[in-house]
Amino acid sequence: MLRLLALLLLTALPLRAEEVVLGLSQDKVAITATFDGSEILIFGAVKREAPIVADPPLHVVITVSGPSNPVTVRRKERKFGIWINTDSVEVDAAPAFYAVATSAPFNQVLSNVEDQRYGVSIPRAIRSVGAPMEVADAQSFSEAVIRIRTQQGLYQLLEGGVQVDQQTLFRTSITMPANLTEGAHPTRIFLTRGGKVVSKFETVIDVNKVGLERWLYDMSRQQPLLYGLMSLAIAIAAGWGASAAFRLIRQG
Amino acid sequence: MQIYLPIAEVSVNAFLLLGLGGMVGVLSGMFGVGGGFLMTPLLFFIGIPPAVAVATEANQIVASSFSGVLAHFKRRTVDLRMGCVLLVGGLFGAALGVLVFNYLKSMGQVDLLVRLSYVVFLGIIGSLMFVESLNAIRKSRRNTGPVKRKKHNWIHGLPFKMRFRVSGLYISVIPPIIVGICVGILAAIMGVGGGFIMVPAMIYLLGMPTKVVVGTSLFQIIFVTGFTTLLHATTNYTVDIALAVLLLVGGVIGAQIGTRIGTYLKAEQLRILLALMVILVCAKLALDLLLEPGELYSLGPPGGH
Repeated sequence: MLRLLALLLLTALPLRAEEVVLGLSQDKVAITATFDGSEILIFGAVKREAPIVADPPLHVVITVSGPSNPVTVRRKERKFGIWINTDSVEVDAAPAFYAVATSAPFNQVLSNVEDQRYGVSIPRAIRSVGAPMEVADAQSFSEAVIRIRTQQGLYQLLEGGVQVDQQTLFRTSITMPANLTEGAHPTRIFLTRGGKVVSKFETVIDVNKVGLERWLYDMSRQQPLLYGLMSLAIAIAAGWGASAAFRLIRQG
Repeated sequence: MQIYLPIAEVSVNAFLLLGLGGMVGVLSGMFGVGGGFLMTPLLFFIGIPPAVAVATEANQIVASSFSGVLAHFKRRTVDLRMGCVLLVGGLFGAALGVLVFNYLKSMGQVDLLVRLSYVVFLGIIGSLMFVESLNAIRKSRRNTGPVKRKKHNWIHGLPFKMRFRVSGLYISVIPPIIVGICVGILAAIMGVGGGFIMVPAMIYLLGMPTKVVVGTSLFQIIFVTGFTTLLHATTNYTVDIALAVLLLVGGVIGAQIGTRIGTYLKAEQLRILLALMVILVCAKLALDLLLEPGELYSLGPPGGH
């Protein structure tokens, strides 16, 4: 029994040998009225007790993911001469924001099996199960989610975006776009060797509205009637104000 | 300067919004249309989520219409009595329209319905107005006398007659109420104030003078869109006050300028310009339906198909 335990420990040891010590330039993103996107610096070091193994080389994969929500994807088709929405597929969970940064081309850094296991690449981050029977090519709907969100800068694949020095220090910067959604953004760091994950580290970047943004948002949810009346009052005051101002300008 | 909108959850350029508001405000003051039928598609285009665009637009229309109607009150070109009668029909129609909208939503294809009704209504109204005002201009060139548009037809035979002094009409209240209901239904389905349908209906169906029509339409629109804003704010939480403020600052200034421009133009010219604008928007929407879109797929919130 003891011998077995020792054996297990020995085999487990190489996996535990390298660990991540992480730093973030900021672990909170505050959405203020003038929020125009944010750049987050993610940096860290690899802690190890054994000497550095040169081959296979160490690679780092960093993912930042926004809150996941179901999304309905609709496809247009030409019917009666006009383009209308016909098929639709509900994608069960797609992150509102997803960035993957790697230290080398993705297929060199992570094997397909490991990607599937940890859900690292963008297509693996989207979960789509229940495509209706009448839709034959459900795959193209998930692809559409990736294509549209990549165009909006919400999904990013940054191959070679992580710099690794001396197989010990690593850093990357992730640009979060202006159209960011509120919520916790789980951040994962994987250390890989030869396509296999040798260590994994997780943390969270919080994205929150603050100040006036927070106050208006909360009010619109908690006191909608008051919020609506306030909107109307502002509208009427502005309308009256402009009218009065123009009358003064004409007289003056 | 970029501004992050708290409800829409997107960041947009503040000056772009001010400019859009101002441009639509000018049109609003000139023609007595709320401008929603122009502004809402423009907001979609700059990336505001459709639900937020429709709700916030209603709030902005309140501001620009209020600003415009004050200028019309000064010139005594608001028929309050007619406005109230139309309003009664309008509120009733809006409530009915929301019911119809929700029913169609449960059946799917509400988006298509909205677009198609835009194309059909804008197309019919635009071309009718265009032809009519061309004829009117031609006639007024030939003989300088005023164009006579008042006709006695079946409308004048209906009961519950009422005197609308500002409009110079003595007609039954039934046609204005029906016009109000129809406009209310359409307004709720299409997510606009309905001025672009209301103005031609008042001119051609009720026979009101063009100068009075604009002020009266604005008066009625304030209440219908105000009601819509409250409905959206309390049920969908989609009114973005920051977006509304930026749009309405531009909008109210534009509306004042538009009202001044309107006084320098002849009624026929005003109508032909409005007709051209309506046809233009209609053509744009029709092309969107007919041409193959660049991106066949679209993302939306879950629920509904």
